[in-house]
Amino acid sequence: MFRRQRNAKDFAAEIEAHLALEEDELKSEGVSDDEAHRRARCDFGSVSAARERFYLKDRIPWLDSLARDVKFSIRQLFRNPGFTAAAVAVLALGMGASLAIFAFVDAALLEPLPYANPGRLMSVNESSSSAGRWPLSYPDYIDWQRMNQSFRSLEAHSGTGFLLRTPSGAEPVQAERVSGGFFQTLGVHPMLGRDFLPGENRLGGPNVTLLSYGAWLHRFDGRKDVVGRTVDLDDNAYTVIGVLPRTFNFALSGNAEFWVPINALSTHEKKRTFYAFEGVGRLRDGIGVKTAQAEIAGIARKLERLYAIPGRELNGSVIPLSEIIVGDVRPVLLTLLGGAVLLLMISCVNVVSLVLVRSESRRREIAVRGALGATRVRLVRQFVTEGLLVASGGSVAGAMVASVAMRLLGGMVPKDMADNMPFLEGVRLNAHTAAFAAGIALMAAVLFAAIPALRLLSQSVRDGLSDGDRGAAGRLWRRLGSNMVVLELAVSVILLVAAGLLGRSFYRLLHVSLGFDPGHLATLQVMASGNSYQGAGKTTGLYREIERRVSSLPGVQSAGLTSLLPAECDCATDNIRIVGRPDNGEHNEVDERHVSPGYLHALGASLLRGRYFSQADDASHPGVAVINEALAQWYFPGQDPIGQKIANDEGGVASVWEIVGVIGDVREGPLDGDISPAEYFPINQARQDSFTLVVRTAQDPAALLPLLVDTVRQIDPDLGVSDETTMDAKIDGTQAALLHRFAAWLVGGFAASALLLGIVGLYGVIAWSVSRRTREIGVRMALGAQRASVHRMVLGEAAVLALAGIVIGCAGALAAGRMMQGLLFGVRAWDPPTLAAVCIVLGAAALLASYLPARRAASVNPVDALRAE
Amino acid sequence: MTTQKNSDDRIALLQGTLDLLILKTLVLGPRHGQGIARQIRRQSEEVFFVDHGSLYLALQRLEDRKWIAAKWGVSENNRKARFYSLTARGRGQLTEKTGEWQRLSRAMGLILGGEEA
Repeated sequence: MFRRQRNAKDFAAEIEAHLALEEDELKSEGVSDDEAHRRARCDFGSVSAARERFYLKDRIPWLDSLARDVKFSIRQLFRNPGFTAAAVAVLALGMGASLAIFAFVDAALLEPLPYANPGRLMSVNESSSSAGRWPLSYPDYIDWQRMNQSFRSLEAHSGTGFLLRTPSGAEPVQAERVSGGFFQTLGVHPMLGRDFLPGENRLGGPNVTLLSYGAWLHRFDGRKDVVGRTVDLDDNAYTVIGVLPRTFNFALSGNAEFWVPINALSTHEKKRTFYAFEGVGRLRDGIGVKTAQAEIAGIARKLERLYAIPGRELNGSVIPLSEIIVGDVRPVLLTLLGGAVLLLMISCVNVVSLVLVRSESRRREIAVRGALGATRVRLVRQFVTEGLLVASGGSVAGAMVASVAMRLLGGMVPKDMADNMPFLEGVRLNAHTAAFAAGIALMAAVLFAAIPALRLLSQSVRDGLSDGDRGAAGRLWRRLGSNMVVLELAVSVILLVAAGLLGRSFYRLLHVSLGFDPGHLATLQVMASGNSYQGAGKTTGLYREIERRVSSLPGVQSAGLTSLLPAECDCATDNIRIVGRPDNGEHNEVDERHVSPGYLHALGASLLRGRYFSQADDASHPGVAVINEALAQWYFPGQDPIGQKIANDEGGVASVWEIVGVIGDVREGPLDGDISPAEYFPINQARQDSFTLVVRTAQDPAALLPLLVDTVRQIDPDLGVSDETTMDAKIDGTQAALLHRFAAWLVGGFAASALLLGIVGLYGVIAWSVSRRTREIGVRMALGAQRASVHRMVLGEAAVLALAGIVIGCAGALAAGRMMQGLLFGVRAWDPPTLAAVCIVLGAAALLASYLPARRAASVNPVDALRAE
Repeated sequence: MTTQKNSDDRIALLQGTLDLLILKTLVLGPRHGQGIARQIRRQSEEVFFVDHGSLYLALQRLEDRKWIAAKWGVSENNRKARFYSLTARGRGQLTEKTGEWQRLSRAMGLILGGEEA
């Protein structure tokens, strides 16, 4: 309808003209002036009815009145900007937080992995009832693959590193060795070139590689003709056969750039007890996880008997791949989601009480409109419209908060950890999150619309016009307000306790005994592979040279090399035997580290007995070992371990090592784990191609890093140097520290917001109650009540509410603590100091919130209060 | 709606006839709303009374259908008024509707008259 609508004003003018013309005509017929005036109007009938009919002519009445409701509501909301801003902001806070967290939950736990039919993909590894789960050995993998009926295909992969020769020097790169059908099993096809051919998988097969999308883009400028070119990895030429698609990622491989077939095995890898491969299998149709698990366990036991593998009771382990990839973050995410939902709940309750208080202050307006003929439905509709507007405003603002929060939170995850969490890429507003947001918005809308509507329906118009509110309904609703505050305070207590527990866990984690001083330590990773370091003894000179050159740098106090830094993981373990004791096939798994003579000194480990290694402990001398206290206590209780010998398979060769020293426990494994027994061998007696330099500095270790990199490069430009950082940064960036930090800060933020909202809610209820009881207080004071007793009365009211909130909250907090037990470290769910601190904080805040209204109540002038009536 | 006269001998307009009466009234030239109302009453010998609300609604409806056109002007006694005039389409409609009405009233007459005879 594009024609110009005639407006109501024009129509009114026409009617005015009609009346005037009629009046004129009547006068000309001889009717008196007054009579003509009267009769013209009388004849016409109801002018307003005519105008209304004109007005309604082209309209759908309910739509029209809806539009007017909305317009009126917007005017009302703008007339009261404080209320509107508070309601929208509070809702946006709760909604933004829960939506952002939900986006992570969705990406990690709900979105399927980016493979074909990912639910059928299993992680298949060795396991035993006593030692948990660990990787496969290659011979076991081959036998499992051959013997099983449960898997359509069973593949193996193993992380590795190469030195990539580039025109600008050697660069260490991450790579993954995979069995031939690995990509077919995942259901991933190269976007360029081809997948591995059947023959390329065999031992002695050609050196070929697939590139990750990132490697193709950054190292080969995304050129299409990359297929068929060769790259130099560890002085071997690899032919590029294809490029993996952009969407491909495999969390267990970090960001491996080169994917090569397993076409050669080291001496160790040929052994049945050298565990270095991860299995991935696709279940046959109709086969369940349990069936597959049972079959694999049978095979594992059969092989155990066949090859007489001692002391393990091997079971094998079949677990859904998604469980392996997101299992670690699930409890954290669910805890965060729980916290966010609680915050959302508080926000909604807070806005509802705001809406209620507002509807209370509009009682007169409602009553007057009712008395003037507005139907109850019409009035209710007005409130419903306002509720919907607040809910939608809050939701839109909440969605904006959420999208900012998602980006901020995603950015807080460090790069190398994000590589193991490919799902972070999927954190965004998608169908799931939109549905979640719509759900919250709908719930909020129903809540904000229904409560004032019910409130309105429960009170009669006459009650509203008279000022006194002593009816039962009034009491009910006042109680509702108090109950809501108790709820808010209880939820605040839960969140505060949760935040307290997580904060204490995080603190405990960072202050866990490391067994060395992490301050003033600089570290960097060195890779020495390729032709120049082939052959026995070639690397020993390199180790000595690095230690010597670095130690003589200004500002360096001491330096050493290790195969693996402490506080990383309990990986690289060794199965040992004590020489001279009967071998009953016990399972003696200990952490194994290869270190240079200067390492333990540079680390600041405490030598309890014996000595550290010296440069004399090299390949031409008998094997020696240093053990930690845990190993000494476990295997040599009440004995002197010095001079005892331990035996193992070192590099596939049976070896014996004499213990020459015992050190205080250095935490080799993760911060939140137990200390494992550990053995240290001289790096000069068991070569390592890849090792880490550790430097104790006098000043800020970060400042020394560039110099360290240069020094190592000067020794040999073909060395791969990477990952230069400080020990403190390394520990801060470990998964345990990050997850705990994330959880503690976020839940802390939720708790702080919840406390603020809860206290504001308490203040609101007390202030409102005081304002309604002004007359009563006046009467009391007129009858002789002291100011102090009025003060006490108001504070008492607040104290009852706060106490109820604290008691209910503590019960809830206990339950919540139990649920997040898995995230706690060094504290129990029932932690009296945390509970006490939370009670004190909440009590003090409640006192503060009620102090102002109490003072106002006590300063009521009885004369004024009574005269106001 | 009451008038000063006893309204027993007056007839409320049949649905749809008001449009036809308005069109017919405008054949002689442009008129304003009050003039149309007077004219209908006078020509029907005061039998039809016009509900003014309905009249103005009908005028608006006809204007929306472009059967009549409206424009503000000045009456003989110098008052501002909105004048309506018949459009070509309106003229066509008048012919058509008049034919329809005549057929209808003849048929009604036949039935009612036949019964009387």
